[in-house]
Amino acid sequence: MSQAKDVWITGIGILSSLGEGLDAHWEALNAGRVNVDETRFAPYIVHPLAPVSFDAQIPKKGDQRQMETWQRIGVYAAGLALDSAGVKGKPEFLSRMDMIVAAGGGERDVAVDLAILNADAKGNSAPGFLNEKLMNDLRPTLFLAQLSNLLAGNIAIVHGVCGTSRTFMGEEAASIDAARIALARIESGESDIALVGAAHNGERPELLILYELADFNLKGKYAPLWSRDKTHGGFALGSASVFLVLESREHAEARGAKPYARLSKVVSDLAPRKQAGAITNSLERLWSKLGIGDTGSLITGATGAEPATSEEKAFLQKHPGYAVRSTGTVFGHMLETQFPLGLALAALSISRGALFPPNDPTGFEVEKAGAPNQIVVEGAGHWQGEGLALVEAVK
Amino acid sequence: MSAPRDKLGRPIVVVTGMGVVTSLGAGKKDNWDRLTAGESGIRTVTRFPIDGLKTTMAGTVDFVTADSSAALTERIAHIATEEALAQAGIGAKGDFPGPLFLAVAPVEVEWPQRFEVARAVGQQDFGYPEILRVAGGGRYAYLHHRFMFGSIARNLAETYGTKGSPISLSTACASGATAIQLGVEAIRRGETDAALCVATDASVNPESMVRFSLLSALSTQNNPPQAASKPFSKNRDGFVMAEGAGTLVLESYDAAVARGAKILGVVAGCGELTDSFHRTRSSPDGKPAIGCVLKTLADAGMAPEQIDHINAHGTSTPENDKMEYSATNAVFGEHTSKIPVTSNKSAVGHTISAAGAVEAIFSLLTLEHQRIPPTINYENPDPAIPFDVVGNKARDARVTAVMSNSFGFGGQNASLILTREPA
Repeated sequence: MSQAKDVWITGIGILSSLGEGLDAHWEALNAGRVNVDETRFAPYIVHPLAPVSFDAQIPKKGDQRQMETWQRIGVYAAGLALDSAGVKGKPEFLSRMDMIVAAGGGERDVAVDLAILNADAKGNSAPGFLNEKLMNDLRPTLFLAQLSNLLAGNIAIVHGVCGTSRTFMGEEAASIDAARIALARIESGESDIALVGAAHNGERPELLILYELADFNLKGKYAPLWSRDKTHGGFALGSASVFLVLESREHAEARGAKPYARLSKVVSDLAPRKQAGAITNSLERLWSKLGIGDTGSLITGATGAEPATSEEKAFLQKHPGYAVRSTGTVFGHMLETQFPLGLALAALSISRGALFPPNDPTGFEVEKAGAPNQIVVEGAGHWQGEGLALVEAVK
Repeated sequence: MSAPRDKLGRPIVVVTGMGVVTSLGAGKKDNWDRLTAGESGIRTVTRFPIDGLKTTMAGTVDFVTADSSAALTERIAHIATEEALAQAGIGAKGDFPGPLFLAVAPVEVEWPQRFEVARAVGQQDFGYPEILRVAGGGRYAYLHHRFMFGSIARNLAETYGTKGSPISLSTACASGATAIQLGVEAIRRGETDAALCVATDASVNPESMVRFSLLSALSTQNNPPQAASKPFSKNRDGFVMAEGAGTLVLESYDAAVARGAKILGVVAGCGELTDSFHRTRSSPDGKPAIGCVLKTLADAGMAPEQIDHINAHGTSTPENDKMEYSATNAVFGEHTSKIPVTSNKSAVGHTISAAGAVEAIFSLLTLEHQRIPPTINYENPDPAIPFDVVGNKARDARVTAVMSNSFGFGGQNASLILTREPA
């Protein structure tokens, strides 16, 4: 193997509860803004998507109609990332751009589901009843809006990203591994430029049910992440999408692209969580692979779910020289989008020469002065999987 | 046996273990015997009521039972994986020395479980707030765990002790090939000496069938069910949903030789190319499929003339089979007519997320036995598709390099080239 190539982050697209684009996010993070809705799904809490006109990135209404919200959010943010990298509408790059999308599943037709469940409750469950309702009431195109790999499919259709397309699934870990594989492929020369990211619509009752099944939802009153505990814990779902353009330094330089930061490492693992302390130990093992010092900055996507968040905190407390920022406080939990958001905010902070201020009444997050040279990004799934990345200033 | 590196200087990737489950049965022997005998695994669905469905047959795996598609998907993956690991004899029990790449269908809560929770509401005319009120408290926690997208990979990773974070992936009908490709890439990059590549799909449930049916993708020639899947036939009318799993143990040639493993074949090349034409239809000019095949040949460092068999995607849909012929013809030109082509989907149906791996295994068995399994139901050849289809009866042939194609939904194209020995 020849020497690993440097990989730059040359494009960032963010659409979230705080708005769209890098300036809006930088301003909101510095102002300590949080957009939370405690009433729409009360007692559940969501971080709703900021108002957006999808036309700006998805000009054809026909395309928009073929998608559900999670895909529109994702295709939109992917477009922002391509714009930011300066490759939007340039087939000479897009036609060989590799894509790894981390995706869950799309929205269900809530009205159809409820009608079936209510009919069943009334004893109307003759053989074939379910078939008949589904055959008659499901929109044919809804399937396409639900299929995991059709977020990537829509990005290919709308933006023309059509080198290769891979969709990883598996909640939070999916996007950690998406970044890890994209990085490895570019480092090894298998790929020159890649689009990596995820999208999540948190404003969905069927998702609230899924997480309520195992009591993961934050209920009642919103609380910042580090203020949550076993009696008032869990996560508030958030809507967001983040995409990054990763490319080899030589490829970026050849086309005159400027980096936000360098992505140096992504490491991940699957701790056997039946053992207490497994997440702390796993993160510690991954930490040792980063080859970093005792002081620095770290952005975590801690979910608020237990025992994961307590174990993450125990890990973070072993590295007191690191100033911590949690995305969960501000953006809520966005499953697959959690880790790309951490990478994006790390690259943004490096490019702006400052770590954004803490947003934590408990004082666990501390002020950090000066321009960060390195930022560690951490992600641990609410149920499985964990990983770290190292984002660095380009020297 | 020759060089441990391929023409591009990368470690050669070999297969040392294989396991397969389809509607024809469990295991390579049963599958191969029945596949080459021209049998069909397609039957009328008995797992759930078929009243009101336009398509009533599928290639279900009925000899294993489970209470959800997700659970069945996992069960058959275990069966295939145990067979592959037993053959490979690699690592120790529960300690596989490499990562897991899993091709799997998207997962979500299914209707029996949705009914189970909603019935606990205990009132009529309810909405989501009422379901949410009964969902928590822990009695349904197992449903969360079952219906996480990462659950199957996690359970496989824990059982077989694969290393690192397991990757679950979906590239639609190309997923199985993508899982193999991820394993090949990891070995070529030198990250690992071995990879466990699993592809599994047991999605035959009412909603999945309805969804595909509403897209007019499925054959509706329900009687007799075993005649429904007829790739390259003039009267083909859609694919037949099916279930299956395939597991391949990949190793670097060096590592396999060092431990004295039997080499079953070589993954000489893989390639992929996305189609941005349409959400369900392939570009009619076949350009992305052509590009995919060319990339795969280039990756293997092979000329088209070196391919002596094509294990086709061959879904039996009107458009896809036609596009596959024109794409193949564009690449292989005059050589096309000299290449015997078969579609395993005629017999086992379309195992969707698993198809790429299941068909890679059948391709490797073809290399081993020097016998090409037939495309059954080939009674009425489509004159627009003048492939040399191995119709209805297995054909003995000299086969040294097989191209296995997956040209799927959502514009996902992937191809593999499998050979007997390192080139």
